[in-house]
Amino acid sequence: MSTLEIKDLHASVVTDAGETPILKGVDLTVESGRTQAVMGPNGSGKSTLAYVIAGHPKYVVTQGSITLDGQDVLEMSVDERARAGLFLAMQYPVEIPGVSVSNFLRTSATAVRGEAPKLRTWIGEVKDSMAGLQMDPSFAERNVNEGFSGGEKKRHEILQLSLLKPKIAILDETDSGLDVDALRIVSEGVNKFTEETNAGILLITHYTRILRYIKPDVVNVFAGGRIVETGGPELAEVLEAEGYERFTDLAKA
Amino acid sequence: MSAVQAPPSDLAPRVLSNDPSDHDVPHGREEEWRFTPIDKIRDFFAPGDWGTVAAASGEFVSVRPASADTSAVESSAQWVATDLPSALARTKAADVVSIDIPAEAQVADVIVVDLTAPAAANYGRIEISAGAFSKATVVLRLDMTSDISGILVTDVADQADLTVLTLYDGPRTSRHIWQWATTVGRDAQFLGLSIALGGSVIRLQQSVRYAGPGGSAELLGAFLAADEQFQEFRIFVDHNQPNCSSNVVFKGALSGESAHTVWIGDVLVRREATGIETYELNRNLLLNDGPRADSVPNLELETGDVVSAGHASATGRFDDEQLFYLESRGIPENLARQLVVRGFFVDVLAKVKDAELRDDVLRRIEERIGMEALEEQVSEDVQ
Ligand SMILES: Nc1ncnc2c1ncn2[C@@H]1O[C@H](COP(=O)(O)OP(=O)(O)O)[C@@H](O)[C@H]1O
Ligand SMILES: [Mg+2]
Repeated sequence: MSTLEIKDLHASVVTDAGETPILKGVDLTVESGRTQAVMGPNGSGKSTLAYVIAGHPKYVVTQGSITLDGQDVLEMSVDERARAGLFLAMQYPVEIPGVSVSNFLRTSATAVRGEAPKLRTWIGEVKDSMAGLQMDPSFAERNVNEGFSGGEKKRHEILQLSLLKPKIAILDETDSGLDVDALRIVSEGVNKFTEETNAGILLITHYTRILRYIKPDVVNVFAGGRIVETGGPELAEVLEAEGYERFTDLAKA
Repeated sequence: MSAVQAPPSDLAPRVLSNDPSDHDVPHGREEEWRFTPIDKIRDFFAPGDWGTVAAASGEFVSVRPASADTSAVESSAQWVATDLPSALARTKAADVVSIDIPAEAQVADVIVVDLTAPAAANYGRIEISAGAFSKATVVLRLDMTSDISGILVTDVADQADLTVLTLYDGPRTSRHIWQWATTVGRDAQFLGLSIALGGSVIRLQQSVRYAGPGGSAELLGAFLAADEQFQEFRIFVDHNQPNCSSNVVFKGALSGESAHTVWIGDVLVRREATGIETYELNRNLLLNDGPRADSVPNLELETGDVVSAGHASATGRFDDEQLFYLESRGIPENLARQLVVRGFFVDVLAKVKDAELRDDVLRRIEERIGMEALEEQVSEDVQ
């Protein structure tokens, strides 16, 4: 049983021009076995929230706290957060030239598990996970995210999710840029992972489409850097029908 | 011996003579010396009471006393000294280390030559000849505890396939001024790979010309420069024959405050060199702010009748987003950094087909970038 607790989180992005506040008081709790959806318009700060949880150096927390099972996440380095059980499936995964997927996966699994996985079982593990996501085995020899299509990048993120088995996973627009088939495959991968591990999911999305495949327990509407409304799955249907306008106005108020 | 004038081109060397008195003493403002810290190597411009580079004799490897006469390899390669240091090395080296691959020999094992330097400062004369239809890989390991002013003349006969790897390793104290000239025969293949890791000053002038049509030359380089290190690679590919190809790829990683590297890629495509293909690339990775990487590609086309001709040069700062991505998967910062640097060099090192040799080079690079574990990365990439 794990709990990621975000309290009154304020954060700014640091650029050459200075610091710009983006997150303006986020309160959110993600628990094992539960899926929290965060939905909001472009530019509302969803990715900023995800990056701040993961510890991206471009953002500074100016107020509030993040804890994982009571431990101060903000005190941890990026790699420590991952080893503590947090995982971020990125909206825009980064290319790493010259580093093969297989080498990358094994290196990260070794880091997260604290010991190198036994080669024989590891090969089977990777093969099964890749097959589940309908990824060709040749994928493992390619360089991390280099020349990947949008769909391949997202599958690769979910492949890591299934191998690194975090306690709490943040999925940042894993659905965007996917066609219907790919969306189904990726969603099945996420569902299989949560069934097997009972992990908690923070599902960030712009569209309601993915919620047909991954059922949220709670839907939060995110606008202007904070959660402006919280409800059950039916809230997604309201968004589907009415769009974000009402909520962006709410954020300005 | 009197100086002869080379054919007119801004890129080709102007004075060709083995006689040191035919060459001016560089003052540092000349185009070919303007990047070099001349003050650090002034003693390379005057004849010194220096030792001579040697090597243990073995199969294919012999050492013979030097003579003023033109050697068989030199005349076959049509090599003549192009500047004062090369003329001094040519006349002052007491012996010649010579590596001869007989015609048609197919040498499966890598020929490893450990060059030794008896004195604090040394001249070096190395000759490598690959006979017609032969195939071999030669590794020259350079002792980096001493200073060396050297020439390396390589002659690749018709349809031979020769790989030569030069490795500059060792402490960051010694100075290396080398000229490496290669002539590629008809339909021959040459791959020259320079790995520069150690030394305080490394200046490598590497040139290629062709003795017949259909030759192919790949000049590759991987260099790591840290504080107090200067490394300069001056490439000159003289496309003087039709239907040949050249591919130049040099990659450098720089760290610390005072590292300085220079890459000059001069490619001359002469009027008669129709149907050629040439490409050159230099990429530099700055691991932090501070180091300086100069990169100057020069392509001079005297004919438009080529298959392809291109160049690219880029120097970029280490990408923190890559670091974040790896760290967000639990990989500690130091290891993440090493993975990225290693990945940067992988495509160059993948060209080394001999797995043992490739691993040896990788291990040395990893030692430099502090990596503990040798991953199977490159082996995988090649398979
Ligand atoms: N690295 C950054 N540099 C500059 N501005 C940024 C950066 N990251 C986010 N922002 C700004 O913060 C706001 C929120 O962005 P983001 O978190 O990406 O929103 P979302 O994911 O909801 O689309 C936007 O106005 C965006 O321009
Ligand atoms: Mg976003």
